[in-house]
Amino acid sequence: MELLTEPLITEQPKTVRTRKPGCDKPHIEVENLNLYIQNNHILKNINLSIPDKSITCIIGPSGCGKTTLLRTFNRLHDDSVDVRITGKLFVDCEDIYAKDAEVTHIRKKMGLLAQRPCSLPMSIIDNVVYGPRLHGIRGKRNLYAIARHQLEAVGLWDEVKDRLKTPASKLSIGQQQRLCLARGLAVEPEIILGDEATSALDPISSKTIEELFVSIKDRYTIVLVTHTLRQAKRIADYVAFMYLGELIEFGTADQVFNNPKHKLTKEYISGGFS
Amino acid sequence: MLKGRLRKDKIARHYMLTVTILAMFVLLLIGGGLLFKSWPIIQEKGLWSLLSTSNWRPFKGDFGFASYIISTLYVTGIAIVIALPLSLLTSIYIVEYASPKIQRAFSSGVDLLSGIPPVIYGVWGTLTIVPFISEKLAPNFVEFSTGYSVLAGGIVLAIMIIPLIISILMEVFGAVPKEMREASMSLGATKWQTVKKVVVRKSIPGIVAAVVLAISRAFGETIAVLMVCGNFTDLPKSIFDACYPIPALIANNYGEMMSVPKYESALMFAAFLLFFIIVVFNVISRIVLIQIDKRYQL
Repeated sequence: MELLTEPLITEQPKTVRTRKPGCDKPHIEVENLNLYIQNNHILKNINLSIPDKSITCIIGPSGCGKTTLLRTFNRLHDDSVDVRITGKLFVDCEDIYAKDAEVTHIRKKMGLLAQRPCSLPMSIIDNVVYGPRLHGIRGKRNLYAIARHQLEAVGLWDEVKDRLKTPASKLSIGQQQRLCLARGLAVEPEIILGDEATSALDPISSKTIEELFVSIKDRYTIVLVTHTLRQAKRIADYVAFMYLGELIEFGTADQVFNNPKHKLTKEYISGGFS
Repeated sequence: MLKGRLRKDKIARHYMLTVTILAMFVLLLIGGGLLFKSWPIIQEKGLWSLLSTSNWRPFKGDFGFASYIISTLYVTGIAIVIALPLSLLTSIYIVEYASPKIQRAFSSGVDLLSGIPPVIYGVWGTLTIVPFISEKLAPNFVEFSTGYSVLAGGIVLAIMIIPLIISILMEVFGAVPKEMREASMSLGATKWQTVKKVVVRKSIPGIVAAVVLAISRAFGETIAVLMVCGNFTDLPKSIFDACYPIPALIANNYGEMMSVPKYESALMFAAFLLFFIIVVFNVISRIVLIQIDKRYQL
């Protein structure tokens, strides 16, 4: 992609949830969701409503099914033959596990941020516009504008503007994670899923990412799986606590951290076990 | 106690180093030996005349290798052109689309294929490919073909290198991290888009390496090609003409007619030529790989 000497700056449309007419459910609603891997019951009858425009953190000890649950939201289990899922999962009132649900359209609605940043094997700018290109946006100017807008949104523009065409793998790991976020935002999702998105980063990079989440939460529904309780305390609006495949407690961050209803939650957040 | 351990460590290292150097030395030994043996004919005819003429009349002292070199390149080229797309699609299907059950069945099938002795491929080619070309295919393009041809050699060779390429490509595609596929898919890419833009792209160095290995193997493949390519010394004008690759030349003639002056030296030169082509080819492809890595850092 050629760089333009005088970049065209266009205001990108703000992505806000475009609520389907007649849909009164929260953005993501999980109904009686069960997940089995071979014969192991991994997720047990999960019921959960994730509200719009806020940060929801899923916490719990290792192996409790947090990540597995997150991955059901954009059907990343589709390719694993051993996995069987029952129950319903509504995204914007559409049951994404219904037979006629179209998976690429569902995934386009969500940006996923993995534990380790995973840049695609191409240049920085091509990474950002990978999604828009897939969905048919053409023209150097348009793509450049998108790339610039999203890189600015994640605070990476100034660091990379002189080397947009170098391989993304040359960036530091913290920069790559922001690049991945920019790449996810470029498809104009409504939901952002983060799977321990800061756990591989140094403290400063992870602080940058956290601040980014907070700054964009008025426009996106953000769901984060996190291992660090402190992170959840810092940025969560809502908290879901899981234990051994069950959803133990869900509530506002204030309520869960300061006034947990369940004994297990209390023990976990006070550091009784991890 | 500690001293003994350390001494063993040292001995092991030096021993392995020696063995490694020895292995490399064999390469030089073979190259040097072949060059030494072929020196008389190079001195008499001159390198350029050996390479550029195609007269082959040992009794009169004419030794021109052009038609053998062309035949070798021709057959190998056709083989890779046929084999690469087929192997690419097959290995993509096996790795990306097939269920684990099919994957297992396929990969053991591929291993089996690469274990079949070349002579069987040769016989099979003679029985099926050769008549097919002479009766069905060639009449559409040329007046007459015996079927023993460049094309027959290319097809048989392609079938022989396909399992090799597939098994390497399966490793290569399998090595692309799952997270990378998920990153692409989570942006709304279809499976095919992911394969095309991420998996294959990431695998380019591996694909190049697979092709290099396959070509090196194809250059040297002797018996199966020899059985179907006609072994006729002339520059092949079309893919339906007979040809005579270098390995076939050596295999057919070495040990016979050694009373003819310079004949042995000429065949040694053929062997050296083959050796040289493969070495140069490998060096070039190594450079290409380094360049790819430098430029794209995949």
